Amino acid sequence: MKLIENVSLMAATNAASKTGARVAGAEAGRRRFLQGVLASGVFVLSARFIPGTFLAEGEQNPSSLEAGLWMSIAPDGMVTIIAHRSEMGCGSRTALPLIVADELDADWSKVIIKQAIGDPKYGDQDTDGSHSVRSSFDLMRQVGATGRVMLISAAAERWKVPAKECSTEPHFVVHGASGRKVGYGEIAAEAAKRPVPNNGNVPVPLKKRSQWRYIGKETNSLFDLRDIVTGKAVFGMDATMPGMVFASVEHPPVLGQKVKSHDDQAALKVPGVKKTIVIETFKPPHQFQPLGGVAVIADNTYAAFKGRKSLKIEWDESPHSSYNSAAYRKTLEETSRKPCKVVRNVGDVDAAFAKGAAGGGKIIEAEYYAPHLAHVSMEPPVAVAEYKNGKVIAFAPTQNPQAVQETIASVLGIKKEDVTCHVTLLGGGFGRKSKPDQVAEAAVLSKQLGKPVKVVWSREDDIHFDFFHSVAAMYMKAAVGADGRPTAWLQRTVYPPINSTFDASARYADDEMGLGWNNLPFDIPNHRAENGPADYHVRIGWLRSVANIYHAFAIHSFADELAKAADKDSVQYLLDLIGPSRTVPLQYKEEEADEKQRYPLDTARLRRVVEIAAEKSGWGKKPMGKGRGMGIAAHRSFLTYVATVVEVEVDAKGQVHIPGVWTALDAGTVISPDNVRNQFEGAASFGTSLALFGEITATNGVIDQNNFDTYQLARMNRAPKNVDVTIVESDSPPAGVGEPGVPPFAPALYNAVFAATGKRVRELPLAKTKLV
Amino acid sequence: MVRFKVNGKERSFDGDPEMPLLWYLRDVASLPGTKFGCGQALCGACTVHQNGSAIRSCTTPMSEVGGSEITTIEGIPAMHPVQKAWMEIRVPQCGYCQTGQIMQAISLLKENKNPSDQDIDTAMSGNICRCGTYQRIRAAIHQAAKETA
Ligand code: FES
Ligand code: FES
Repeated sequence: MKLIENVSLMAATNAASKTGARVAGAEAGRRRFLQGVLASGVFVLSARFIPGTFLAEGEQNPSSLEAGLWMSIAPDGMVTIIAHRSEMGCGSRTALPLIVADELDADWSKVIIKQAIGDPKYGDQDTDGSHSVRSSFDLMRQVGATGRVMLISAAAERWKVPAKECSTEPHFVVHGASGRKVGYGEIAAEAAKRPVPNNGNVPVPLKKRSQWRYIGKETNSLFDLRDIVTGKAVFGMDATMPGMVFASVEHPPVLGQKVKSHDDQAALKVPGVKKTIVIETFKPPHQFQPLGGVAVIADNTYAAFKGRKSLKIEWDESPHSSYNSAAYRKTLEETSRKPCKVVRNVGDVDAAFAKGAAGGGKIIEAEYYAPHLAHVSMEPPVAVAEYKNGKVIAFAPTQNPQAVQETIASVLGIKKEDVTCHVTLLGGGFGRKSKPDQVAEAAVLSKQLGKPVKVVWSREDDIHFDFFHSVAAMYMKAAVGADGRPTAWLQRTVYPPINSTFDASARYADDEMGLGWNNLPFDIPNHRAENGPADYHVRIGWLRSVANIYHAFAIHSFADELAKAADKDSVQYLLDLIGPSRTVPLQYKEEEADEKQRYPLDTARLRRVVEIAAEKSGWGKKPMGKGRGMGIAAHRSFLTYVATVVEVEVDAKGQVHIPGVWTALDAGTVISPDNVRNQFEGAASFGTSLALFGEITATNGVIDQNNFDTYQLARMNRAPKNVDVTIVESDSPPAGVGEPGVPPFAPALYNAVFAATGKRVRELPLAKTKLV
Repeated sequence: MVRFKVNGKERSFDGDPEMPLLWYLRDVASLPGTKFGCGQALCGACTVHQNGSAIRSCTTPMSEVGGSEITTIEGIPAMHPVQKAWMEIRVPQCGYCQTGQIMQAISLLKENKNPSDQDIDTAMSGNICRCGTYQRIRAAIHQAAKETA
């Protein structure tokens, strides 16, 4: 990965480890995390176990057990555990503290979760790539177990008995032989004086799986559940600072345009509007910098929105004004028809194709297309920030508070240590909120105004100025033998890469290749995967499951096409393609060593989810009436194996209904099974939105869609009626759960549409194709 | 000057009569439980009750609020059976849409004590949940209906 000189750490972090939303990056990050943070974490932990030495700001009680960074126990027994990852609906904020509490043997009802501010001392805080649990599982266990050892040690000292005679029950240390017990709160001050076991350097003994009280338990629910249903939960939209004003920004309609002139006379007459401020347009690469434009400052959000409507702005030219989606699609497709950069090669596809249809086989080709998508989390981008005396305090619904620090520091020319980012709850994120451009806007405006500013994006702003999921064209070609099995499989993918956000000259994908492209798990003797170049014209970013969406769409649609061409059952054909149980040999990057070792691509696990999903769905057993059909797809992403069967009913008007979805997943060890099911139910809905409706297009560089009328999402009446989720029991290390449900959904749905109607649709979304 | 009640309290407003109730509630009355999602009556995040019926506060100007009784999520005495069902079924993911969903569901159950799946789909399809918690919402409404029956 080429890093751009003189772009702050932000770019390095993002370009190197985030673009691939962490199939690769996660593991690299994870290793650094354990070395860096376990080292620094436990070192700090040890320092902070000495009471009063390093008390966190505002904490006055020198007798509380200060596990510093990660947790503390107050004399009343309340345990405070730090959540260093953001909560956007995936459950990370609950899951990580649950792990600590389990190893600490704490009573969960006596646990308070405190959200961490952005600070490198926590290691990587970027809540993306479905890696919060998998990257922090070991560390969180160590934190809890260390605390437990120290509590036991203090009680043993008090009782003058050997520590090994003591054990714990929730929130108590007990000495079985004498029947004595002492509460965690009562012994906390003494525990704080105990030496940190092994100086914090060597892992302390952990519980056995059978001893877990919380990990993997059905009863776990979100820490914030009650606040959410009573309206008390504080999202970014709800953050306030005393004396703040409100801002709404008219951004350049085309990426990179600058304000040539503007007339704010009429806007200033709107009641509540105070003034307007021009925000400078970024210099490429855009990264997470503000887009530029004219901000309307007002007493309330509505006045700022209303004032914007009366602004008159003249914009200059941008090289991206020529961006037209229809023409661009042709360019991508043309590129995809010619040889591109090889990213994985097995055997010799060309030789196999040259043999052609010899021996009763055939050559099958197909092209697939997937448009841009927008994230549209229910909470649009929003942030509050105050610039004062060269420092910034921000409150933001961000997936990545360290990126907030880095972005604001680089935009304002201050040190990132001088940016404090408080993380609120996120009203959805899906990758959009890893990019803190709106927080930087608030900071820039606050600096000019000398008071705190709340920047609120409208839904239209959100849709027009997203970091879009990439538009992509895929070309597929296979040679199949007389038995219908492929002897050769070529796949080519072309799209503007995420790296274009960090390097304006980037035209080839990088980490996206690990997202369902350079790791095809099929048993085919000749296989080549390629990637072609493309120019960007809008900001490209990662969206829930990222490149897996279009990659899985092409691969699993094509697999089904081959099955149908061979007149075979789709499930049986898919299992044959996956082939015998084995570890698929892949090329790993250096930073993926951990992934290679702990998460090999195991086809037995993939087969298993296929078999379970098929069985649960009643595949092949249920009578399918007219206009009904089932489709399947199985895809591993974020190290989790997922198979999804979708049943559709296509009515007389050609409208698609989804009575049932059956998903089986193997995510290794899971923390909160019910939450995992919720994630996969949600993924089916997210998948429905993108498969049926999702499409962002541009005309002369301007995005055509505006709000939920023109960018439609699955509502209750169009979402799957019933989603059945089966979690495969597993002792394997934890893998991702937020994203992996999405990729197999669209191809499974399209395969079902084929089964129901005989129509093979090769482009997303389905709404563009008339089915009857 | 418009006079009205919010969660039982007398209020008045003499600002821009075009201001949607949503922004009055959030920015003026400091009741942030009502959420902004679209501003165009397309998502339901901003759902509140006006005289007991669900409305979209984002497209209800203050000029239409005079004389009425507004109830927001903050005015629902916890735990309402709908909130309880929401917790038991563990509906929320991010939670942002859920106050609007709950206000819509309470209003539905007031009008229809025992709604069918079809009734629920019809009443709730104006409320988007981007996290996709629809099947749990449907189940929670059935459960709340049972509880209040
Ligand atoms: S904000 Fe009112 S319906 Fe969306
Ligand atoms: S729970 Fe996130 S939008 Fe509904």
